[in-house]
Formats: sequence, structure tokens, C-alpha cells
Amino acid sequence: MRNVYAFIVRYHFVLLFLILEIFSLVLLTRSAQYQQSIVVGAGNRVAGAVYALSDKVGNYFKLGKVNESLAMENAILRQMKSVSFMKTDTSGFWIKDTLYRQQYHYVVAEVIHNTVGKRSNYIMLNKGRKHGIEKDMAVINPSGVVGTVVGVSDNFSWVMSVLNRNTRISAKITSSNEMGTVVWNGLNPAYATLTDIPGHVKMHRGDTIVTSGYSFIFPSGILLGIVQDFRVDNGERFYTIPFRLSVDFNALQYVYVVKNLMKEEQEKLEQTTEGVKDE
Amino acid sequence: MSRLVWINALRFVLLMMLQILIMNRFNLYGYLNPDIYLMFILLLPFETAGWLLLLLAFFTGLTMDIFNGILGLHTAATVFAGFARPFVIKLVGERPDYDTTTQPTLHQMGVKWFATYAAILLFIHQFVLNFLDVFSFAEFWNTLFRIVLSTAITLAFVILFQYLFSSRKA
Repeated sequence: MRNVYAFIVRYHFVLLFLILEIFSLVLLTRSAQYQQSIVVGAGNRVAGAVYALSDKVGNYFKLGKVNESLAMENAILRQMKSVSFMKTDTSGFWIKDTLYRQQYHYVVAEVIHNTVGKRSNYIMLNKGRKHGIEKDMAVINPSGVVGTVVGVSDNFSWVMSVLNRNTRISAKITSSNEMGTVVWNGLNPAYATLTDIPGHVKMHRGDTIVTSGYSFIFPSGILLGIVQDFRVDNGERFYTIPFRLSVDFNALQYVYVVKNLMKEEQEKLEQTTEGVKDE
Repeated sequence: MSRLVWINALRFVLLMMLQILIMNRFNLYGYLNPDIYLMFILLLPFETAGWLLLLLAFFTGLTMDIFNGILGLHTAATVFAGFARPFVIKLVGERPDYDTTTQPTLHQMGVKWFATYAAILLFIHQFVLNFLDVFSFAEFWNTLFRIVLSTAITLAFVILFQYLFSSRKA
């Protein structure tokens, strides 16, 4: 027994290191596995409070730009008034899309923390469970797709940005309706990549890429970006299409968190027909 | 002794705030990630016990993780850097026995020593951080490029802060 004790004392540095490092790696793999940040309750409150305060300070300097974009948006929304009815309350508004018979609820939230420099970037919003935000809700802004909610606490939410190595967004090219997947290769915060488009499809510079609506998260038709250059990989039969993201992730200020009210029904239906489909 | 404790406690708080409020917004080109909070581990006194060094590294990394979203990422990288610190000090050169300097700062150890020491530890730190972030070796060169750039800019800031804020007295 004394030998064990002596051993521990002698190598305590390495042993402690191994304990701490393995603990950290376990934490990390758990976070990465479930593609969500394991948000420590108290920690998140502190982080949220700090970011909310610092955001308030920074906001003052951005007021001009924000005013401009809000004014533009107001103009667009006024035009839409006759088609959809809007009930504005302090936190959200409804849009009834009669064409697809789906209902979307939009919650406005402010971005209080954002990164673009890492391989996996996350955004923190100043609204949470109390405001109706749940995991797996879509996050967009007037320019297009921003990300997906991956973690929620009472007053704050974590959003997985499009600029994230785990991003997989079902998308389509507007002109041809061809379906593909949007991923981010980590090289440039202004560009993402569209994959899985077969090589025989006609592509043009300037084609727009939008959400397909096939995931139950994003409404269809939300802009992701515009095609710039593309190539077919030699030997592959699919395109790898880099495109310019429509959203400027360096200037995120206000976003909308979208709740698809049909989501539960769609998911349930998918689950019940899983068994039937295999027969 | 207690004066050192206060200095380091203050250093911790200031560095955390600096990193979270300002450095994390440094989004130029998407590659440059100045993680200057490692400076706290860099500047801990030479006599800091090994276990204390590791624990402080752990909590420093954990604090960063809480503000960044993925628990474990910065923690693992900072703990590793803390583990490497004694070896790096040995490598770059221990202070001579007669020397009574207590902190590995630029003013006390000289620019060359400090720059080498900081560069190696920052590189190790960024290396672990970035490869854990990517979680594979698939984008090796891309990640390496990111590591080198981040190390360079962090080193620049660290040295700058040393000149700006460290006093010249022993």
C-alpha cells in the first residue's frame, strides 16, 4: 500500500494531468457527439448576462446601421400585409402561409455572442425557453439562413451557425429544383459549399440556393446564397459548388427564430410510417 | 507571497474579460484567433506547484469554454499547455540558481527567452485546440495554417501586452 502511495506522490504531476485531460476530453466528446453544447446551468446564466451587457454597450455604436436595415424590412413587410395577417405582440408574430397551409411563428432575438473564426462556430441569443424557443428551431435573418438552435436555457439560446463543421442543411437550386446538402469547409466565413448535386444538372453562375423545406426545421425557400463558381470533381459524378453566403456572419445583429408548428405532426408521421415503409 | 497571489488573481480576471469581450470578436479573415488568455498560465510564478499549475489551467480553460459553448475544448487544450509548461521551461532554459526573479515575464527574463517560451507554449496550445475542434486529420494543412496564424497573432498580442503593462522592477 505504501508503494502505491509513494508512486502516486512521485508521479502526481503526470497523474493529475491525465485525470484532468481525460475528464476534459470526455466532456468534449459528449458535447461533440450530441452536436449540442452541454450548457451548464449556472455557467450559462453568467455567460449570458455578461454577453447581454457587453452587447448593450456595443449596440449603441451600431444603431445607425440597424435602423437602416429595420426600415428596409418594414417596407417589405408592409407590402406583404395584404397576403398574410400579422398579429404583433412584444416577442413574436404569426405569418399564415396559405399556399402551403403551414403556420410559422417568428420570435425576434438579438445576437449577443458570435464567432466566425473557429471550425465550429456558435451564436448566443438573448431569448430562451421563456420566449418560446426550443431545440431544433430554425434561425434566420432578413438575408437568409443563420443556423439551428442546439441548446436552450430559460433566458438564452445557443445556435449552431451555418459556419460549423456539423452543418448539414437540405437545400435546392431554385432554377432547377435539384436537391443537395449545404456544408461549410472552414476556409472562409463568406462561403459555404453545396454538395450532392449530380453532374448532369445544368448550373449557372448566379443561381440562387435556398432551403428545400425537406427538413422539418427550415421553411422552404429561405435564401442560403448565390452560386459563384463551380466544378465537377474529376472522377466524381457530383458537383462541389462553393457559393457566397447571403448572410453576413460578421454583422449579425437581429435574427428570427422560426417555429414550425407542423413539425411534431410531420415527425410523428415519419416515425409511424418508418415501419410500414420497410415492408 | 500573497502579493503574487493578488497579482495573479487580478491578472486572471483582466485577461478573461479582455479575451471574452474584445479578443473573441477578432474575426478578421476567419483564421486569426487570438487566445491570449493563455498568458495567465505563461506568467504564473516559476515556483508554482505542478498540481496547482494544472488545476489553474483546468479552470482557466473551463471558464473560456463556458463563454464559448463547447465544454471541454479549451479546457483540454489549456490543461495540456499547463502540463507542457515545465518541460518547455527546461527546454528554453531555467533561470540560473542565483537569480531571484519569480515570474517568467518579458522584463525579467529577456525578450529572446520570453518570445521563445511563449511561442512554443502558444503553439502547443493552438495545436491541441484546433485539432480537437476539427476532430480529424482530414483537413490537416488547413488546420495547420490556422494554428500557425493564430499562434503568430496571439504571440504578437502577448508580447505587446508585456511591453505595455509589465513594470520593469524585479
